Amino acid sequence: MADKVLTANRLTDGIAVWLDASGAWNEALQSALVARHTEAVAALEEIGKRDFSANLVVDVNVVDVEEVNGLIRPLRLRERIRAAGPTMDYAPGYKPADPAFIAA
Amino acid sequence: MYRYDEFDHAFVSSRVEQFRDQVARRLSGELAEDAFKPLRLMNGVYLQLHAYMLRVAIPYGTLNSRQMRMLAHIARKYDRGYGHFTTRQNIQYNWPKLSDTPDILSELASVEMHALQTSGNCIRNVTADHFAGAAADEVADPRPYAEILRQWSSVHPEFSFLPRKFKIAVTGAERDRAAIQVHDIGLHLKKNDKGEIGFAVYVGGGQGRTPMIAKKIRDFLPEQDLLSYTTAILRVYNLHGRRDNKYKARIKILVHETGTEELARQVEAEFAHLQGAELKLPEADIEAISTYFAPPALVARPEGWAQLAGAKKADASFAQWVHQNVEPHKHPDYGMVTISLKPIGGVPGDATDVQMDAVADIAEQYALDEIRITHEQNIVLPHVALADLEAVYKVLVAQGLATANAGLITDMIVCPGLDYCALANARSIPVAQAISQRFGSAERQAEIGELKIKISGCINACGHHHVGHIGLLGVEKKGAELYQITLGGSADEHTSIGEIIGRGFEPEKVTDAVEKIVDTYLGLRLSKDETFLQAYRRVGPQPFKDALYGEAAQAA
Ligand code: HEM
Ligand code: SF4
Repeated sequence: MADKVLTANRLTDGIAVWLDASGAWNEALQSALVARHTEAVAALEEIGKRDFSANLVVDVNVVDVEEVNGLIRPLRLRERIRAAGPTMDYAPGYKPADPAFIAA
Repeated sequence: MYRYDEFDHAFVSSRVEQFRDQVARRLSGELAEDAFKPLRLMNGVYLQLHAYMLRVAIPYGTLNSRQMRMLAHIARKYDRGYGHFTTRQNIQYNWPKLSDTPDILSELASVEMHALQTSGNCIRNVTADHFAGAAADEVADPRPYAEILRQWSSVHPEFSFLPRKFKIAVTGAERDRAAIQVHDIGLHLKKNDKGEIGFAVYVGGGQGRTPMIAKKIRDFLPEQDLLSYTTAILRVYNLHGRRDNKYKARIKILVHETGTEELARQVEAEFAHLQGAELKLPEADIEAISTYFAPPALVARPEGWAQLAGAKKADASFAQWVHQNVEPHKHPDYGMVTISLKPIGGVPGDATDVQMDAVADIAEQYALDEIRITHEQNIVLPHVALADLEAVYKVLVAQGLATANAGLITDMIVCPGLDYCALANARSIPVAQAISQRFGSAERQAEIGELKIKISGCINACGHHHVGHIGLLGVEKKGAELYQITLGGSADEHTSIGEIIGRGFEPEKVTDAVEKIVDTYLGLRLSKDETFLQAYRRVGPQPFKDALYGEAAQAA
């Protein structure tokens, strides 16, 4: 089984968030709680359902990740882009994603 | 341009207040997501990868400087200082907070704008030729009819829950600049032998996973029958369009499965019931709407001719820009200016708040307060005196808006792709940027001539790749991005769907592949006057296949 994290978009502003170890929704993927076995994944899914029903977040998903040099890295490109932002310069004052993180 | 009457104001404001209440109830938890989602979509609010997205309608692409300033203001106050102009002549904001959207809509309403029917299975923003009311080759201005269609289709009770979305485009000239043949209904405004105004009616065009060219079902529909006939088409579609399968729900599939003749028969039969009754457009109403679009009083500015000639001699870059981005106007002393939103290496269609403000200022000062958004994701100032071109150009240069590439290889239509879009398989923008960099030199682009590249990040085809002279479609293969290339598409009066040329290319190889295609074209064209599309139509895909995949591909 691949390691997994729980992600969603925050209801109020839609910003992508990940569930962290303290049970809070965090804007940083790197703070995410990584589930490494099926029971932990089931717990993530439960929390996802609960917080969706509690209207904290929308579009809740469990996504596959790996840990590389201590960094959490989603397996799917889509999720890497979701975590790190658009991959090109897009607005003054906002940083694009780090190409090394995005790379296949 | 059209101005809201009391009814319009009251209607749009009431919708904003309804939505304010819905958002408040959503945020308080009173409304669950399942109940709220259709409501937010009816107001143009989507959820994307990184955040919500708000799509604001710019009816038939026409706006004034006050409205453009409001778009800038919204980008600055509620977003990250920019907006994305789309191929449906709309603008999308990529980072609005849900909690701010009622305020945004309320600010938009103050300048007679809204986000209604920019999503959902209804009649969407009606699009039109961006040179409407100014083009030298125009028979009549398509915008009064687009506005009539908008008023008729807004919260139309019968057509608010169609089998699928429905898009109408109108053009007023022989040269189709509105891609009408890839719309659900395409209307070509024309005159008959008696000099009366009417429409050739096309039905069942579309892109997406099953691209189809629209079929002409009426060569001449008198203008007073516009709404009766459109209603007849929508009734037939509403009744028979497939609701069982989302991928087969567009009218293009119905036309295809029913057959053009039979479908036309059904439409005519329905039309026979409707014709001459309450949907008949009274002459007075057409005139009343048309006065809103009356051509501005253009004073003669003949001094511009000599001035322009002098300025072009003195500044080669200016001359190049005029050559590429300015087209003849009905009035000989004026030109139609395309402001390119395709800076070399930039994000196609994006404009910052500062740029939007600058365009508003220029429009006010030099362009009779008229601005257009094109389906090619550029901005147009339809009425600029030749005498003012140099002054306009200088401001555009200062704002990074003077790229002289309208209609050239770096002037691409590009969807948001995987950098933003939740449905995407692959990125579109970085591919466009790499191609733009590769072909960025002015000399090289001029040598290549007219060539339209269009890029979509998935088969939904929002970036029009099916009708690109060169189309790029992003797909996902084994978890990685891959780009399929189509050649020979076109979205003008001779619309064609591009043909897939062979196996796809990895992101780092796709620019080279495009370059090979371009070099192959340069090598085989009969003269500089033979455009890429003409050459492709003459020689077919084989020389390009050979160049891309080697002679071995011939066997395949
Ligand atoms: C970002 C959110 C977007 C979503 C969720 C979205 C969704 C879709 C879908 C599902 C289709 C296929 C419809 C069908 O085949 O029945 C489609 C088609 C299309 N979209 Fe988008 N789109 C988005 C953005 C855009 C943008 C930015 C543009 C303009 C650049 C655009 C313009 C179009 C056009 C022109 C078509 C093809 C014409 C047609 O057959 O309807 N869309 N879109
Ligand atoms: S073509 Fe696909 S990737 Fe591009 S905007 Fe449309 S839905 Fe998104």
